[in-house]
This record gives sequence, C-alpha cells and structure tokens, in this order.
Amino acid sequence: MSAIANPYAESVELLRVDDIEVIYDSAVLAVSGVSLTVPKGAIIALLGANGAGKSTTLKAISGLVRADRAEVSSGSIHFQGQMSTHTPPHVLVQQGIVHVLEGRHVFAHLTVEENLRSGGFVRRPSRQSLQAGLERIYTWFPRLKEKRKVQAGYTSGGEQQMVAIGRALMTNPSMVLLDEPSMGLAPLIVQEIFEIVSQLNEKEGVSFLLAEQNIPVALKHAHYGYVLETGKIVLSGTAQELLQNTALQDAYLGKKQ
Amino acid sequence: MLFLETLIGGLLAGTMYSLVAIGFVLIYKASGVFNFAQGSILLFSALLFVTLHEAGVPFVVAILLTILALVLLAILIEKLVLRPLTNRSPMTLFMATLGLSYAIEGIAQGVMGATVHELDLGIDDVPIFIGDLLVSQFDLVAAVTAVILVTVLALLFNQTRIGISLRAVADDTRAALSIGINLNHIWQIVWAVAGMTGLVAGILWGARQGVQFSLSLVVLKALPVLIIGGFTSIGGAIAGGLIVGASENLAEAYIGPAIGGGITGWFAYFLALAFLFIRPAGLFGERAIERV
Repeated sequence: MSAIANPYAESVELLRVDDIEVIYDSAVLAVSGVSLTVPKGAIIALLGANGAGKSTTLKAISGLVRADRAEVSSGSIHFQGQMSTHTPPHVLVQQGIVHVLEGRHVFAHLTVEENLRSGGFVRRPSRQSLQAGLERIYTWFPRLKEKRKVQAGYTSGGEQQMVAIGRALMTNPSMVLLDEPSMGLAPLIVQEIFEIVSQLNEKEGVSFLLAEQNIPVALKHAHYGYVLETGKIVLSGTAQELLQNTALQDAYLGKKQ
Repeated sequence: MLFLETLIGGLLAGTMYSLVAIGFVLIYKASGVFNFAQGSILLFSALLFVTLHEAGVPFVVAILLTILALVLLAILIEKLVLRPLTNRSPMTLFMATLGLSYAIEGIAQGVMGATVHELDLGIDDVPIFIGDLLVSQFDLVAAVTAVILVTVLALLFNQTRIGISLRAVADDTRAALSIGINLNHIWQIVWAVAGMTGLVAGILWGARQGVQFSLSLVVLKALPVLIIGGFTSIGGAIAGGLIVGASENLAEAYIGPAIGGGITGWFAYFLALAFLFIRPAGLFGERAIERV
C-alpha cells in the first residue's frame, strides 16, 4: 500500500467500499478485502490483470453480482453516505450509479437510438426531457446520430462502446462504473473514448470508476488508481505515483527475476 | 376452387394456433422459459370469463375482470415462482412451469367446476360466400381478432417504453439490469400480456369447442407451431400457425381420403419433425447478430 494519502480525501466522498468479500455460487471466493473510495468528481482507475477481480468489484458496487449468482458476503458499500451493499441494481441506478459492462453489451436487435432511449426510462422522463437527453448524447457522440436507425449489433466495436456509454449517461448518473472500455478497440478509438470520459468528468462533473488492463491509457486520464491482484488491493496511489512505481509493473507483468 | 377454399379455411384456423403460440414466444423471449403453464392459463382465463358471463356479468365487464385476474396471477407467479428461481437453469424453470400448470388447472377447475361450458359469442359458425369462395364466418372473425391483437402487440413493442424495455430484456438481461430496468416488473408485465393473448385464444377456441379441460391441451398444438416458426419470433409464431393450419387442412382434404382420414390430429407433429431435421431453429428463429 502506498503511504501517501488519497489527495481527494478532503473532498466529498461519493462512494466508499469497505473491506468487501464476494463469493460466487456460495463457494468460490472472487475478491476479499477490497477497500476503495471514489471522491465526488474524480476519475479513479482500478487496474490489474485478467481475473484479478476488477469486474467483480464493479459488479459488487452496481449490485449486478447477484445476476451472476454471487453475493457480497462481508464488508460494506456506501454510496452518497448511504449503505448500498444489498440495494437492488435498479434502485442504485435511480440513485445515480450506472455500470457499463465489460464487452459493451448493447441491445443488438434494438436500434442505436432505442438503446439510448432505454437508458433514460429509469428516470421516467417526459417526452421532451427524454429527447433533450438524446440530443445531449448526440452532442457527445456525433457518430451515433448518423447511426441512430441502425441496429446496434451491426455497428462497429467503437460505436458499440459509445452506445453503451451513451446509454449509461442517459440514466443521468453521478458515477459511472466503466469496465474495460478499451477492450478489443483500435488505439485511436480508445483514445477518443477516454478523451470523452475526461471531458464528461470536467464539464459535467461525472465521477468514473474505471477498470482497465491498459494501464498507460487509464493512468493518463485517471486521478488516482488502485491495483488489484488475485482479488486483493495490493497498491494504490495518484496516477503520477503509480506510473513511476515499478511494483505496478511487477504486479501487472509479473515480478522480474 | 376446392384447393383455395381448403387453403383459406386452413389459414384462418391457423391464426388460432398463432394466437396460442404468441403467448409462448413472449415469455420465452423475456425469460428464456418454455412456459408449459400457458395452456392452463388459457384454460383459467376462458373458464373465469365464461363463469362470469354465465353469472350475468356483461361481456366487456367480464373481459376486464378476467384481465385483472390475469394481471394478479402474473404478479403472483413472478413473486412466488420466478423470483425465487432467478438464475436457475432453464430446465428447473421449465419444471416449475410444469408444476404451475397443474396447480392452475386444479385450482381453476376446483373453484369453477370441470363441466363443459357453452360459450356463445353470437357469431354463427356458418360458412358465407366471399365471391365464389365459401369461408367460415367464425374463422374470419377469429382471424380478424388475431390481426388486431398482433397489431396492438406490435405497437406495444415498437412504440412504447415498456415495449423497448421488454425487447431490451430479451436481448441482454444483464445490460437491462445495468441501466435500471426492473426485471421483476418486466416479467410481471410479460406474463400478464401472455395471459391476455391466452384469454383471446381461449375465448375463440372455447366458443368453437366449449370451455373445458381439453382447452389446456392446445399447448401441445402450439409446440409444432413453435418448432416450425421458431421460439423467439412473434412473426414466426404467426407464420408457424398459418403453415400448420393450412397444411393440416390440405393434407386432410388430399391425402386424407387415401389413408382413411384423421390426419389433422398428427400432421402438425409430422411437419414439425421434418422441420427439426431440416431447420432446427425454425423459420424465423432470431439469428444472433455476431460481430466483434
């Protein structure tokens, strides 16, 4: 663990994860002893290799673990000061947490626009406010406007990632859990998507907790990071510290002999 | 002329099969369950309707009360059966619906009796001439009803928020959860809507052959329709119903005399078997869109 305190500790705490343990099928321990905080308005990176427990941690926060026959068996999660460990996912979305799943998971047979609209329903908006929400997304992702009538399953990987993020933004979140946004995408597209994440953060104050294997890209845009290894947090620090930390290279690539 | 009349008669009768099959498709799409209880729900709704109607409740009121009962039934099924079994294997869920079907059947007949109820919708089941063609008036009404029902469903699915949410759940349940769609709520709606298609089908079938236990056996006729049309497509359910209706009527008329008749009882299954060999996903089984 880094000895240096979280530089955002002074600011308002949006999310606090306290020593959680997640068990699949009442038998398989996926993460244990994971603690982290997301301050309001921050981009926090959750780094680590495949199977380190990044996705599980995000799913624990969004409540989607239960859809995978898993549960948070100990520890607690607080969102905006309220205990949210066992809150159902749709309630969490209403409260402002939205999860963009690994692998994008667009609704393949729905059009791009229907995908986006579906994200807005949770707020029960009026027709005008739903339309305004759509226009906002199209401002962020102009490409989606051109493809609005296309079935989302037939758009490119980058466009699907934009649909997934846009759909999540339609819920008007205060925090977005973004799982592996760079997966399977060309470097230029990855850059474009991370640029938008940074701008959403700066201009609209949306907080992000993003799980990534692509450490350089993630730390370029994140303020602070945690490193997960086999279900435990092994390291944390500001993006600067982590970039200079050789232990991170070890944790990620394996120790050099 | 005989051919045309036989074909049209078969197609019209087929719309009734389609109606039954649509109820299955709705639930299969939203929750991945082959709902064996669809037949009992159909029987329950027809029985309730006819019981109310016989007690002097006006037609429209009886329909509304039955719909209300179907909504309540859907909520109960979701809370007592589906929710506790969330994330279980499709086989477990199928077995649950099997049990459910006996429970609903038993309770419905226990409360409302097992006698055959006549149901008169005021439509004469006499053939009428359209041009030179002799067509069953009842079949025609049934077909028009089916068309209206399908149109309403299509509007519901394509234009409304609930419809988009339903299709979203059918496409990707996890993603639907991730954007705050309440799955339990969606299941309740789907089961209620499937129940209403069952009600329409039940009233039409019931008017033709009386409201009685054997109504629940239309499930067995829906199976070949679904195998031919595909489990995941409402369009497929319609096409499957029409194909089954038309082909069994034609087979009865043209092959029947050669082998002593009685073909309608089994021809659909024979056809479904042939389809399983040639096109196991059905005609309109939804193809997964795959691109990375």
